[in-house]
Amino acid sequence: MVLNLKDVSITFNEGTLDEKKALQHTNLQLEQGDFVTVIGSNGAGKSTLMNVISGSLKPDIGSVIVDDKDVTMLKEFKRSQYIGRVFQDPMAGTAPTMTIEENLAMAYARNKTRTLKSGVTKKRKALFREYLETLHLGLENRLNAKVGMLSGGERQALSLLMATFTEPNILLLDEHTAALDPSRAELITNLTGEVVEKFNLTTLMVTHNMQQALDLGNRLIMMDKGQIILEVSGEEKQALTIEKLLAEFQRIRGEQMANDRAILG
Amino acid sequence: MFLSIFSAVESGFIYALMALGVYLSFRILDFPDLTVDGSFVTGAAVGAISIINGVPPVLATVFAALAGFLAGTITGILNTKGKINPLLSGILMMIALYSINLRIMDKPNVALIREPTIFNDVEGFWEMLGIDAFLNGLLTNTGLDRVPGTWAILIIMIIVTIVVKLITDYFLKTEVGLALRATGDNEKMIRSFSANTDTLTIVGLGISNALVALSGALVAQYGGFADVSMGIGMIVIGLASVIIGEALFGTKSIARTTLAVIGGAVVYRIVVTLALKVEFLETGDMRLITALLVIIALVAPKIIAAQKEASRKRRKRQELANR
Ligand SMILES: Nc1ncnc2c1ncn2[C@@H]1O[C@H](COP(=O)(O)OP(=O)(O)OP(=O)(O)O)[C@@H](O)[C@H]1O
Ligand SMILES: [Mg+2]
Repeated sequence: MVLNLKDVSITFNEGTLDEKKALQHTNLQLEQGDFVTVIGSNGAGKSTLMNVISGSLKPDIGSVIVDDKDVTMLKEFKRSQYIGRVFQDPMAGTAPTMTIEENLAMAYARNKTRTLKSGVTKKRKALFREYLETLHLGLENRLNAKVGMLSGGERQALSLLMATFTEPNILLLDEHTAALDPSRAELITNLTGEVVEKFNLTTLMVTHNMQQALDLGNRLIMMDKGQIILEVSGEEKQALTIEKLLAEFQRIRGEQMANDRAILG
Repeated sequence: MFLSIFSAVESGFIYALMALGVYLSFRILDFPDLTVDGSFVTGAAVGAISIINGVPPVLATVFAALAGFLAGTITGILNTKGKINPLLSGILMMIALYSINLRIMDKPNVALIREPTIFNDVEGFWEMLGIDAFLNGLLTNTGLDRVPGTWAILIIMIIVTIVVKLITDYFLKTEVGLALRATGDNEKMIRSFSANTDTLTIVGLGISNALVALSGALVAQYGGFADVSMGIGMIVIGLASVIIGEALFGTKSIARTTLAVIGGAVVYRIVVTLALKVEFLETGDMRLITALLVIIALVAPKIIAAQKEASRKRRKRQELANR
């Protein structure tokens, strides 16, 4: 098992009027090569789930296990040896004042100890060029361009490449196409499918685009109010449509509301 | 006139090391580090006291740099582990260093007259080379009647500064150096690539203040004394050098920018020297001049760019009207 989330809960601002149960007793297991799409309304806890896995948030209770190692207490920067991330904001995943090759060199050092040797060597340059070619954006001819000069779509494609080419154990994508125009978003979506397949990455992808959630991946989970309320995989997922998904959501919510009423009543 | 500009260039190269330190914190780490006012004096104090106690000047200067490194790391720890904001971390360290520097020197002012220094160490060797006679001969031929006593300090400082610059350039391109730059550029991103940004900030500030203290130790040996208040306003002088240098010489690449910072430090010294020649200005006005210089260097490029843009648009409109 690549990822095992055991009974993870997080409450923000506990005991105040703003109390928010962002994750409630969440369990999730990912096998090698699983590609899980995550959907759910605003505030459902999707980003919180990603942050607990990456280590930028520590759970109140529960544990996070990556490749049989308990990493719950491991600092974010240490855990990122195992985890690649692409953020929603195209500005977030790259260093703007540094060049494309320098950014790639930093990503290249992810699962190594950083040394006092030159970061961009001839050999690495050739490698970077090769990887950039797979993006079909012509970035391989602009190795010395500052990343701040790139468009949002180009930056996001570069972020995706940087997060994946060192083959992390887990890839986390949090609405990484949401800030792009439709054609760029489609480009990044396609690239995502390609790299995940190429490196056989275990992936968790949050999206608000239901169609995208259905098209990509072998598993789908739906979250609401800090809980995973629906899990679909394999053939069942392939047979799924947006209508069915919405109907399912209504049904589960209805049941829960009825339950809540029963408890309160 | 020539002699005062000559000594301005000399001290410009000594202060350039301090400016490079400020460039590392201010530009690379994006950390406005006010420790500088204190660590500059720490360098001078440790250097002077070591020499007085019989430590060879070169070693005394190395001690000074190490002391500066230590001061910088403490500022870094205050910021990263103590979660104190950058400005306040630096101010606290600066204040603390004032007392520490007094303790090191045991009195507000320590004189180095008749003590060996790095500079008079090399001067003996220098005279054997006969370069002074040669260069001064050239100067006399151009009609100058007063020539510098020695070229040793200037040439040694140019070499030291360029070596430090080249090491800095290389370091900022290493794997660690790239991560250090990214810490100042996009901390969240480099943390997601398994870099310990806390350690990088601490080490970065250490290196920055080591350069500042190195400069302080050399200034003390050059001027023949260390004074507990010689660091007041040093951060602004460092910033002035960085900003003037960048405005005059450009920031296209790291190597270009570090060169610009050195150039800025030298230009700053020359401008101050010339300004003090003006009849009604006094030594006490130096800080006012410094502040004005920084303001000009910050504002002038923007005005020039805006004017270029305006005239470009005017030309476009003209072309359209002429068609
Ligand atoms: N640092 C925080 N402090 C307080 N509350 C938080 C914090 N982070 C998240 N929350 C709250 O926790 C809940 C879950 O937030 P989360 O960001 O996980 O939602 P999400 O599913 O990613 O939503 P969206 O689709 O809008 O991105 C929200 O109600 C949010 O307001
Ligand atoms: Mg979110």
